[in-house]
Amino acid sequence: MKIKVIVTLKNGVLDPQGKAIQQTLNGMNFSNINEVRQGKFFEINVNENNEEKAKGQVEEMCKKLLANLVIEDYKII
Amino acid sequence: MKSSVIIFPGSNCDRDMHVALTKFGFKNTMVWHNDQLIPKSDLIVLPGGFSYGDYLRCGSIASKSKIIKSVIDFAHSGGLVLGICNGFQILTETGLLTGILQQNKYLNFICKNVFVKVKDKKNKFFKNIKKDILELHIAHNEGNFFCTDDELKNLEDNNQIAATYCNSEGLENDENNPNGAIKNIAGIFNKNKNVLGMMPHPERMIDEYLSGEDGSLFFENLLGNMK
Repeated sequence: MKIKVIVTLKNGVLDPQGKAIQQTLNGMNFSNINEVRQGKFFEINVNENNEEKAKGQVEEMCKKLLANLVIEDYKII
Repeated sequence: MKSSVIIFPGSNCDRDMHVALTKFGFKNTMVWHNDQLIPKSDLIVLPGGFSYGDYLRCGSIASKSKIIKSVIDFAHSGGLVLGICNGFQILTETGLLTGILQQNKYLNFICKNVFVKVKDKKNKFFKNIKKDILELHIAHNEGNFFCTDDELKNLEDNNQIAATYCNSEGLENDENNPNGAIKNIAGIFNKNKNVLGMMPHPERMIDEYLSGEDGSLFFENLLGNMK
């Protein structure tokens, strides 16, 4: 079963890469952009048929490794 | 005094650290990350570099490597642990130190000499050090120290801030903050002050002719405090 995870910086945490991307987009004449926040996307193939169990495992992975909860939030989708 | 330097795939300051420790009288052993046990040591050093190619987050993969449990146990039993640059990043990812090192504010890799002010001397690392302001070298892309307001308050209340970026006169302001770190923080301790993480590299400042010797002061002093 494939479980997908998105890790993003928490609101209020400085995201210089997002800012640089935004400025570049502005320079490419995409002028109506208020903000860009960048993050990470994971696709985890868990050998498990029970979705709830698989998501529970992935949640553990997020807390222990995939995200640093000081600055990042994770969303399992 | 016995020291151990842990080598991860991608470490690149491990040998410099070995040279520095040996020069000042430590009997040093190099330890591979895939080992589980560390030889009997008085000091463990996590060196600078790019462990595991900085994948995921700097230091995050190294913080789960086989050897780390021994490092954490050693730290919890009061042993001295020093993490420089990537070593500092690894220590925050293990949870031994608070906060995280984010990408530098202006997205540039910084490689230059800086001045840092020693903020606390009631610890084995800086007690009796002859200078309050040290000239050391930094070389990093992720040195922008960040933590929550509560964590910062704890660091300040417990005097856990080890060193801050400043100018040669000791002035700490934005102009003398190379990477955007909160409160110009260059290094911090754990609560018991037996674990020190810092971005500047003392091991690069141990030669009178090549670099200046403020790193020598650091190592000589540390060894003196450990005896």
